[in-house]
Amino acid sequence: MKAFAALLDRLSFSPARNVKLTLLRDYLANAPDPERGWALASLTGELSFDEAKPAMIRKAVEARMDPMLFALSYDFVGDLAETVALAWPTKLGANTEPELPEVVDTLRTASRREVPQLLERWLDALDADGRWALLKLLTGGLRVGVSARLAKQALANLGGVEVSEIEEVWHGQSPPYEDLFAWLEKRGERPSAETPGRFRPVMLAQALDEANDFPKLDPADYAAEWKWDGIRVQAVNERGRRRLYSRTGDDIGKSFPDVLEALNFEGALDGELLVLRDSHIGSFSELQQRLNRKTADAALVERFPAGIRAYDLLLDGEEDIRRRPFTERRKRLEAFVAKLHSSHIDLSPLQPFANWEELTALRATPPEGDAQRAEGLMLKRWDSIYEAGRPKGPWFKWKRDPHLVDAVLMYAQRGHGKRSGFYSDFTFGVWRQGEDGAPQLTPVGKAYFGFTDEELSQLDKFVRDNTLERFGPVRSVRADREFGLVLEIAFEGLQRSTRHKSGVAMRFPRISRIRWDKPAREADTLSELEKILARDEG
Amino acid sequence: MAKFTDLLCPAKDGLYCPPGEFFIDPVAAVERAVITHGHGDHARSGHRHVLATRETLAIMATRYGEDFAAQRETAVYGVAVTHNGVEITLFPAGHILGSAQVRLRWQGMTIMVSGDYKRRRDPTCARFEPVTCDVFVSEATFGLPVFRHPDDAGEIRKLLQSLRQFPERTHLVGAYALGKAQRLILLLREAGYDQTVYVHGAMASLNALYESFGVRLGPLAPATTDKRDRLEGKVVIAPPSAIADKWARRFADPLPAFASGWMRVRARARQRHVELPLILSDHGDWDELTGTIAELQPQELWVTHGSEEALLRWASLNGIMARALELVGYEDEEGA
Repeated sequence: MKAFAALLDRLSFSPARNVKLTLLRDYLANAPDPERGWALASLTGELSFDEAKPAMIRKAVEARMDPMLFALSYDFVGDLAETVALAWPTKLGANTEPELPEVVDTLRTASRREVPQLLERWLDALDADGRWALLKLLTGGLRVGVSARLAKQALANLGGVEVSEIEEVWHGQSPPYEDLFAWLEKRGERPSAETPGRFRPVMLAQALDEANDFPKLDPADYAAEWKWDGIRVQAVNERGRRRLYSRTGDDIGKSFPDVLEALNFEGALDGELLVLRDSHIGSFSELQQRLNRKTADAALVERFPAGIRAYDLLLDGEEDIRRRPFTERRKRLEAFVAKLHSSHIDLSPLQPFANWEELTALRATPPEGDAQRAEGLMLKRWDSIYEAGRPKGPWFKWKRDPHLVDAVLMYAQRGHGKRSGFYSDFTFGVWRQGEDGAPQLTPVGKAYFGFTDEELSQLDKFVRDNTLERFGPVRSVRADREFGLVLEIAFEGLQRSTRHKSGVAMRFPRISRIRWDKPAREADTLSELEKILARDEG
Repeated sequence: MAKFTDLLCPAKDGLYCPPGEFFIDPVAAVERAVITHGHGDHARSGHRHVLATRETLAIMATRYGEDFAAQRETAVYGVAVTHNGVEITLFPAGHILGSAQVRLRWQGMTIMVSGDYKRRRDPTCARFEPVTCDVFVSEATFGLPVFRHPDDAGEIRKLLQSLRQFPERTHLVGAYALGKAQRLILLLREAGYDQTVYVHGAMASLNALYESFGVRLGPLAPATTDKRDRLEGKVVIAPPSAIADKWARRFADPLPAFASGWMRVRARARQRHVELPLILSDHGDWDELTGTIAELQPQELWVTHGSEEALLRWASLNGIMARALELVGYEDEEGA
C-alpha cells in the first residue's frame, strides 16, 4: 500500500500533466504485479468500491477517540477521510500493513456487514498516508486529477508504444492486467484485441491553417461536413454487445440507455452524441444535463433525448472497413443509417462545395436551424482510410471563428510549475448596471492561456503594479471606469450558469489580445453576452 | 502559602515572574528578560538585561546586531542562577540550536516553561530533557490529534526520490531560515546527499553561525549569483515566502516544496501551491505533547499558544488540571 499511497499523494499535489505522467510511469515500472494492475484499475475507474460510507467511517473513529477531539480535528482539517486518516489512534503491535491486492481481494468477497471490521483492522495497520489512500479507495473516486486517458498515456510511455495501441487492446483486458504489462515489458505477446464490443481508437483531425493549407490542397480531394457541437462517440453493437464509448474509450453507455437501446445493428459507428429531437439538435448545455451522470432516469431521458449523428462507419456487419477509403465508407454509412429508421441515429449530411471560396462562405453563414449547433467544418480526403490518432493531411477541422468580447481584468492568481512565480490565471469581467444604477464589473470567466511568455511577463507586472487586495494566492487589481486593463477574450460558446453571478459561463475562454490601448470604460457589457446566448439557444 | 500564580503569571507583555521581576520571552522591550530561543517572536531586541544560552545570545546578535540588549548573561544548561530569590535553570528544549526550557524555583514550587520544544532527535541541537515540575507550561502549536509527524528520514527520502524522478527541475524547498533550514541540510547529509546545497541569501549568516557552533552543514553555495545558473536537479533552500515569489523564476521549472509541520494538512499545502510537502517540524506533535505531559505528571498544565482547546480537553480526559494562558504575539505559521 505504501507505494500506491505515495503515488496518490504526489499526484494530488502535482497539477502538471507531464509530472503526473512521470509519477505514473515510474510507479507502474516499479510496483509488482498484481498491485500495479489494481492501482491502474482504480485510477482508470475500472475498479471502484463504495463500501465505506461517511457515516460508517465516522462511527468507527468516534468509537476509537473522544468525539470532541475528533470534532476539533475535523473542524481544522475540513475533510472527513483526511481527518480520520490523520487522527486515527493506532494500536501498537497492529497487524502487518495490508497490500493493495489483499484489500481488493478481501473486499470483493466480503459481505457488507464485515466491512466495518475490515476497515478498522486496516486503519490500525497503515500509516497516515496509507489510511488516506485506503479511505479514498473505499469511498470511491480517487480524485487525484488523473483521467483514464492520462493513465493509458503513462502505460504507453512505459511500453514505448502509441496510446492508440493501448486503447485498441484495453477493452479486452481486465484488472490486474498482467498480460498487458507483460506485453509492454516485452515479456509477452500483444494481448488480443478481438473482443466483441471493444473500442477502436478514433481518428482525429488537424486544425486547418487557412493561409498555409489551402494553397496546397485541392478542393476536389475533400468532402466537407459540419462538425456538430456535441461529444464525439463510437457506438458499437458486435454480436449483441452494445457499447457507447467516448473518444478516449471511456464506456459511457450507462448514462445513455436511450442510445444503447437504439443500436439495433451489427457494426460500429463514429458520430457525434447530441440531444436529438426529430432530427433537431439541442444545445450543448442541454447535452450537459446528460453528461457525467452515472445513470439517467426516465424523466431526464424524455426531457433531453440523446442520439447520434453519424460521421463514419468502422464496422459494417462483421466486416472491418477501416482500411477502405472514405468514399466507400461513406456510401456504406448512408445505406447503413437509412436501414435503421431510428429517431436516435441520423446522418451528418455532406456539404457540397466547388472551391475554397464557397467553403469559406459556407462556414461564415451556416444554414438556419440545426447548423447553429455546428462548431465548424470538417474536411476529409475522399481516399482517406480510418486511422487512429491525428495524422497530418487526411482530415482537417476548420472551426467557426470564436466569439470575441472585450473584458476587463479583475483578479489574478498565481500559477503552478513553470508559472509558479507569475500571476497567470486571470479572471475578467464585463460591465453591467449595478444596483445603484452605476455601471459595475461582473466576472464572466477565467483564462490562463492564449498569451506568449513575453505577454505573461507584462500581465504579471500589471497585476503587481495595480494590486488592490490580496487573498492568499489571488490578487484583485484596479478595474474601474477610469482605469483597468482590457483583454480581448475569445471563446467557443456561452451557457447559462447559476453558479456565476453574471448568469453566464464561457466555453474554452482564452486571451486573444491584450488591449493596452483600450480604455476600461469601453469594454463590453453583459447585454452583448446575453445576445450571443440568445442566438446560441435559438 | 504562595500560589503558583505568585511565581509566574500571564501579563500583557508575556509571562511574568513577579518576585524575580523578569519576563520570559516578552513580546515588548522590558527591563529584564529570560529568552528561551532565538526565533523572532520569542527573542526580541531592546531588553535591558537578557539571560539566555550562549547560542541564543549569538543568534540574537546575528539577527539584531551586537547592541540588541544592554546587558547579556549566559546561561549554561542545568546550571542554576538566582535572581531576587528565584532560582532559574535552563534545560535543553530540542527545538533549535540553543533552545531552552526555563525552570523557576521559589518557596518550594517548581514551574517549567518549555518554550517551543520537540522530543525527537535533531542533529542540530541538544535533545529535550524531561524535568519534573509542579507546573508544566506547554506550547500547543500542533495540539490537535491530526498532527502526528512522520519519521524525518521518510520525508527526506521523498525529497531524494523526487530529485531522481525530476532531474530537470530545481527543487525549491521553503524552510524557516533559523533552525529548520540547518536541520533539513543535516538530515540530507545523513541520508547521504553530499552535493552542494544552494541557499537563499537571507540564510547565509545563520548557516555560518551554526557552523561556528560545530554544526557541519557540508558544501553550501548561494542560490543566486551573477552566473544565473538555473540549478536543474539541485536543492535550493529559501525562506517560505520566497518560493512562490518572483525570486523563484530564475530556476529551472521550480518544484515547490515546503518543510513544515503544517504540511500534514493537505489544504495547507495546496493553499501555498506546494507540490512536495515535507512534514518536518521543530515543534512536538500531538503524541509528543501528550506523551511529555503524561511523563512529567505535573500538578497543573498551563498551555500557551497554538491549539489550546484540544490539549485542554485531553488533559481533562486524563485527569490533569489545565488552563490556557491566552498569551498574544506568538506566531505559529512560518517556522513550525
